[in-house]
Amino acid sequence: MTEQIDKALAREYEAGFVSDVESETFEPGLDENVIRRISEMKGEPEWMLEWRLSAFREWLEMEEPEWALVDYPKIDFQSISYYSAPKSMKDKPKSLDEVDPELLRTYEKLGIPLIEQQMLAGIAVDAVFDSVSVVTTFREKLEEAGVIFCPISEALHKYPDLVKKYIGSVVPKKDNYYAALNCAVFTDGSFVYIPKGTRCPMELSTYFRINEQNTGQFERTLIIADEGSHVSYLEGCTAPQRDENQLHAAVVELVAMDNAEIKYSTVQNWYPGDENGKGGIYNFVTKRGICHTNAKISWTQVETGSSVTWKYPSCILKGDNSVGEFYSVALTRGRQQADTGTKMIHIGKNTKSTIISKGISAGRSNNSYRGLVRMNPGAEGARNFTQCDSLLIGDQCGAHTFPYVESRNPSAIIEHEATTSKVSDEQMFLCRQRGLDPEKAVSMIVNGFCKEVFKELPMEFAVEAGKLLEISLEGSVG
Amino acid sequence: MSNTNSLLTIKDLHASVEEKQIIKGLDLDIKPGEVHAIMGPNGAGKSTLGYVLSGRDSYSVDSGSVTLDGEDLLEMETEDRARAGLFLAFQYPVEIPGVSNLEFLKASVDAQRQARGEEAITSADFLKEAKAACKQVNLPVAFLKRGVNEGFSGGEKKRNELMQMLLLKPKLCILDETDSGLDIDALQIVAEGVNSQRSADRSFIVVTHYQRLLDYIKPDFVHVLSDGKIVKSGDASLALELEAQGYSWLQKEPVEDELEG
Ligand SMILES: Nc1ncnc2c1ncn2[C@@H]1O[C@H](COP(=O)(O)OP(=O)(O)OP(=O)(O)O)[C@@H](O)[C@H]1O
Ligand SMILES: [Mg+2]
Repeated sequence: MTEQIDKALAREYEAGFVSDVESETFEPGLDENVIRRISEMKGEPEWMLEWRLSAFREWLEMEEPEWALVDYPKIDFQSISYYSAPKSMKDKPKSLDEVDPELLRTYEKLGIPLIEQQMLAGIAVDAVFDSVSVVTTFREKLEEAGVIFCPISEALHKYPDLVKKYIGSVVPKKDNYYAALNCAVFTDGSFVYIPKGTRCPMELSTYFRINEQNTGQFERTLIIADEGSHVSYLEGCTAPQRDENQLHAAVVELVAMDNAEIKYSTVQNWYPGDENGKGGIYNFVTKRGICHTNAKISWTQVETGSSVTWKYPSCILKGDNSVGEFYSVALTRGRQQADTGTKMIHIGKNTKSTIISKGISAGRSNNSYRGLVRMNPGAEGARNFTQCDSLLIGDQCGAHTFPYVESRNPSAIIEHEATTSKVSDEQMFLCRQRGLDPEKAVSMIVNGFCKEVFKELPMEFAVEAGKLLEISLEGSVG
Repeated sequence: MSNTNSLLTIKDLHASVEEKQIIKGLDLDIKPGEVHAIMGPNGAGKSTLGYVLSGRDSYSVDSGSVTLDGEDLLEMETEDRARAGLFLAFQYPVEIPGVSNLEFLKASVDAQRQARGEEAITSADFLKEAKAACKQVNLPVAFLKRGVNEGFSGGEKKRNELMQMLLLKPKLCILDETDSGLDIDALQIVAEGVNSQRSADRSFIVVTHYQRLLDYIKPDFVHVLSDGKIVKSGDASLALELEAQGYSWLQKEPVEDELEG
């Protein structure tokens, strides 16, 4: 089986092409001057620049975390370029007709047509290319409902008070090393505001694409669901196939006010590197949401890309009766390393959290679940249920589980279940005996293993996610 | 010899698993439409024969030849043998959690259709066929939605195997103790299922320990497999004889050299 797994690693990464777009890119390097220039390019208000600079000063004092079960060479932050944007975006195109066709073609090739007539009805897309947002679709329709969905750089101009009030309110500037770096140098990302009592009329989605070489991508997403509102948001990401590693350090903050609900889904398919672990994206991401009374935040992620993933979408269950959910599929193959999980911080009474994590390891990869469940003293009657399942393909990969539990309230109930299984020879034989080829057999077995998570994804994306797994597993068994 | 119109021809087959020789010179010839019963003591190699014919990974052929419809079966990949019409109903069916029976069966049927250059079957048509097959093996339709064999009882698993056979319409069906663990009613259902599929261009190898099954499914031949070889062949009456006398009269002297290797 191992030999065939190795063969699988030579598989094609379909999103690995480079777009021929003329870009304006900062020379590599990081100092206060670079941050001033980013802020100036974006025409930001003074307070934003000050905020960035203070984060940068904090960052300089901080140490890169080493506790995760991932191994990669030290990153030289001076060799990275912190801003890159297609030249054609300089004088902001006012409509789709003015957007560089090459950019539109890029997204089309990735299966994300940005021409509204061709799009999946019911999904609005913000397309972020390197450091800038290229286009946001269906804006008028959303505006009718009072929903704001725009690049965060634009929100800083149009809705500075909202941004100022909430940015950094869930993930503080010096929360961690990469979050602090993001605060200093973030370039673009999406901003969403759903007004009181509004059900967002369509799915919102952001599609991140890294194109330029030697650049980092530092996007920032802020979603505010006002009282009693509801929104479902999806992000996707890809990058060209390159020999050098590239850094992606994003921050996502979610605010769910009383009785609001946010469903945040991710299909992550950054370039994972080649079979020897050369190249690929370092995906160091901080995602966190806060739930007020009766609010609910649900994180669903399907992680198949990146050479190194370090990511723990979390919920602060501050309000009484609030609910946090984390559904995750993380697939690693080749030399990929993933250390991912969640944190559920129960503060309010009768708060509830559910964690379902499915880790699949193939090749010589390493896949770790790391999760924290904390019951604060005031979390009377709080409950958590955690289920961590690992599936191994072949015998050279690793799966690890690190559950941390801190319970300071005796009435809180915490349940934890964990299993490890293999794609067995018997299962493979049964499938092949019925006429399925080995690839189809594995992808079917893996899809079955992930079913509980896939059913949490919005319908269109559940199909996409299934296909993505199929492609990712191409040839990974015999 | 007259193998020209045989469906399956096995000649002097030697096969082993984990370096251990299990099949030790086996010959068998099956014509289209025939039903062959294979009986024999535990550990004789009956299941192994099924695995070797269907191309299970860890089972290796040391010598001999096998043809299916005149084609060299041993040269083919496992899935290609299935697509060529070979079906194995497992003695111990395995579970595939989370993959629904319906999804699994449709994928199997489509893979086989594709290999024949046919279009995939529409979901509506397939559902109709699958429901009919459920009915035939007396499984509630809800079983189509459940994970493959997930939490099925022993007897339900066996009936599920038969349902797969009904949908895949193979040329050669190897039923490995499909009658074990069935209650009396289920035994009859399985037998009827098999009988309904008997036709001039479909053959069966029925592995069983019980002559009772052969009351329902009348075999054309009965073979006794012992220590990796067919030691006796006859017609249906041989099964009755075995029922009365056991196997000891057919077996050679106890094999002394076993331990020395
Ligand atoms: N993977 C294996 N490793 C070692 N020995 C094996 C392996 N698989 C089968 N055998 C041995 O091969 C022999 C034949 O096994 P097989 O399952 O074919 O018997 P059988 O005739 O089907 O028996 P039963 O009537 O009990 O089903 C047995 O002695 C068994 O222990
Ligand atoms: Mg057996």
